[in-house]
Amino acid sequence: MNLDAKIPEGDLKDKWKRYQSECKLVNSANKRKFDVIVVGSGLAGASAAATLAEAGYNVKCFCFQDSPRRAHSVAAQGGINAAKNYKNDGDQVWRMFVDTLKGGDFRSREANVYRLAELSAAVIDHFTQQGVPFAREYAGVLSNRSFGGVQVQRTFYARGQTGQQLLLAAYSQLSRQIESGQVKMFSRHEMQDLVVIDGKARGIVVRDLVTGEIDSHAADAVVLATGGYSKVFFLSTLAMGCNATAIWKAHQKGALFAAPSFTQIHPTALPQINETQSKLTLMSESLRNDGRIWVPIKKDETRLAKDIPEAERDYYLERRYPAFGNLAPRDISSRAAKERLDQGLGVGPLKNAVYLDFKDAIARLGQKVISDRYGNLFEMYKKITGIDAYLQPMLISPAPHFSMGGLWVDYELMTTIPGLYAIGECNFADHGANRLGANSLLQASVDGYFILPLTLGNYLSGELNKAKIKTDHPAFLEAMAKASQKIKAVLANHGSITVDALHRRLGKILWRECAMSRNAEGLKEAIQEIRTLQKDFRENIKVTGRDDEINTELDKAMRLEDFLEIAELMCLDALQREESCGAHFREEYQTVEGEAIRNDEDFAYVSAWEFKGEGRFELHREALKFEYVKAQTRNYK
Amino acid sequence: MQLHFKIWRQENPAQKGQFKAYDVAGLHEDMSLLEALDFLNESLVMKGESVVAFDHDCREGICGQCGMFVNGRAHGPLDHVTTCQLHLRSFQDGDVITLEPFRAAAFPVLRDLMVDRSAFDRIIQKGGFINAHTGSAPEANANLIGKKLADKAMDFASCIGCGACVATCKNASAALFTSAKINHLNRLPQGKIEAHERTLAMVNQMEEEAFGHCSFTGACEVECPQNISIASISEMNWSFIKASLMK
Repeated sequence: MNLDAKIPEGDLKDKWKRYQSECKLVNSANKRKFDVIVVGSGLAGASAAATLAEAGYNVKCFCFQDSPRRAHSVAAQGGINAAKNYKNDGDQVWRMFVDTLKGGDFRSREANVYRLAELSAAVIDHFTQQGVPFAREYAGVLSNRSFGGVQVQRTFYARGQTGQQLLLAAYSQLSRQIESGQVKMFSRHEMQDLVVIDGKARGIVVRDLVTGEIDSHAADAVVLATGGYSKVFFLSTLAMGCNATAIWKAHQKGALFAAPSFTQIHPTALPQINETQSKLTLMSESLRNDGRIWVPIKKDETRLAKDIPEAERDYYLERRYPAFGNLAPRDISSRAAKERLDQGLGVGPLKNAVYLDFKDAIARLGQKVISDRYGNLFEMYKKITGIDAYLQPMLISPAPHFSMGGLWVDYELMTTIPGLYAIGECNFADHGANRLGANSLLQASVDGYFILPLTLGNYLSGELNKAKIKTDHPAFLEAMAKASQKIKAVLANHGSITVDALHRRLGKILWRECAMSRNAEGLKEAIQEIRTLQKDFRENIKVTGRDDEINTELDKAMRLEDFLEIAELMCLDALQREESCGAHFREEYQTVEGEAIRNDEDFAYVSAWEFKGEGRFELHREALKFEYVKAQTRNYK
Repeated sequence: MQLHFKIWRQENPAQKGQFKAYDVAGLHEDMSLLEALDFLNESLVMKGESVVAFDHDCREGICGQCGMFVNGRAHGPLDHVTTCQLHLRSFQDGDVITLEPFRAAAFPVLRDLMVDRSAFDRIIQKGGFINAHTGSAPEANANLIGKKLADKAMDFASCIGCGACVATCKNASAALFTSAKINHLNRLPQGKIEAHERTLAMVNQMEEEAFGHCSFTGACEVECPQNISIASISEMNWSFIKASLMK
């Protein structure tokens, strides 16, 4: 298979402008002839649905939550990056492009990353116009702060609730289009399958989570904006309902899945405190602007943090990465924490945490300033742990967070199935092997507001005046029947393992073998163990209730079935990549100081997997060329 | 720790519901209330019974999807938290915990503790936005907005749409929710232009839905997870009078 990313010719700085000038358009009168399905109503999905509707397309938008406003973009705390150079600190599109490419450890496409940086400034303008109350300076201009992996202040924010404010802005535009009739919204609906006819995406099968009814919808194009899959780890920073079902079904229907093993472990989440825990709450990376991370130098330290003298503390990020200190990129910070924990230097009741300490910042700036900057995060910390972080350091620990991997897309964000697009976190495009903080909201917005609405026209212009396919087509009927059968099979099982119990087992395997560090032997073992779990699911899963009513246990079961398959592919992908890059750290490939050894000669490619039937996958490679920035070894020292 | 739950079970909107008692042992105080429900649900599955349905998603107090009455209070005994942020350390070993769905005519029960809050979406659809065409925005710093004003707008914009304000109000009024969005947008220079139309459209939709009127008891602001003040409602009323006169 020839993976053509369709990158426009010309100089890097001109590629997107060239694309804009040369792509085919659909005129306004013709847009109303096209039906577009958008699955997911997060920042990418809502912005795409609203913008496509505004342009005149007929849009149907689906989400599994009770309202599009709940999508998990809502939980992003820290901010959104843009190369505005408001701080006069030397920021430029070029610098942002290089930071992002380097942050991703040279495993993403130059042209995509450049475009992300190029469109960033306009995203801030657009959100401001939509009424996002970004943080301001006293005189009224927008304020900025720093995030990990960069040396400029380019992050825009709205307290510690930036994701909420951006999502609600996109939701407000979506609501405007729902009112105008251009978008038909389907809440509490979950996609069950993708329908492909004559090689093109033609619609989806959905399940109404209230009535249980299976239905289908036809369209001229399908856009997936279904977010990340790190909930595969069971314990993660993701919402409970986040799932991989839509992208996995698309994968089974022919869309290649890229870099599934690239999943980000966030360094600053709250530590797990017990076995029954359902999720790990993130504490924003922005806290690392003022908080200092440390562990005691002595094992089995019993004193309280405040009683441990400076000389007996190891500020390990400042020590190992003096140039970036506590703002080292996420993959590096998480791995450094893991190393301390593995050496038995962890703190907290389960010895699974490190300190994030604001003592010095409070002494320097006063509690008022710290509370202005992070007040809601300190409150949240107190609500969950009962601890006042103004008085003692926070306990933090690494947790599964973002998935860089996702459906392979070309420069137009189209998957390998014509007419099927993937935008936002569910694609693999801009972040390479590690995403920089505050680039996730950015990518979702850029994809949804600016890129997809244009690139979709380039495809649809070729579909004009072709015969419409209806949902009575045999391919739809077959997909619906298959979806029903799958559900009935799960309910008929009457086994002995609950969905959560099986998912926890899966999470433990992945956390052990396919998280912050991996090795060949462990990955091979993990694949065998995951296959056992898949068998357990088929033979032993126990789900009660019926399929024609609200059945939250059944919803979870259907998601788990897909997680079990994606987990296998994650391990397979990690196994084939015999190098360390970004979030993917293979123990066999490290320096004596424990830093990653990347192998550009053999692995400067995007791995893209083709589904070949149950448990069989074929690897394709999209070579990555670095024409503008020399792929160097990352150095945050 | 052990807790005695009394939980509202109702199969669907048409059926009559009732409380059912569940004794749950093996809990500990660091668990969240929703994790205790997960724990209970796993045991119900093992017994072959159907699980207790409840809404939830982010479990960190920001998505607004969770919400139930816990011992007679929306989101439970603490002020300004969501249900998902409530931990068992707020209860004593052996306590009876009564869980009910939010009760309001505008929020019909779908099943057990799950309600339909789509009335909120319909209020937003009428005017909870600025007509901002993608591509048409001026440079972000072209409009200066003082920090105080921006902060105030953010206070209102922080509403998570959970519906606790409605559930706790004896009139089941949606005034706090509706006013928060109106005040967020009307206050900003870019939102001011459509302020009157927005206020009228949203207030009218609020009245179309089955919400009651606000009688200023102040119950809503006690429960609001984002601590939005009841002063928001007075401001909306003032905007509504202005908008009606300017019509």
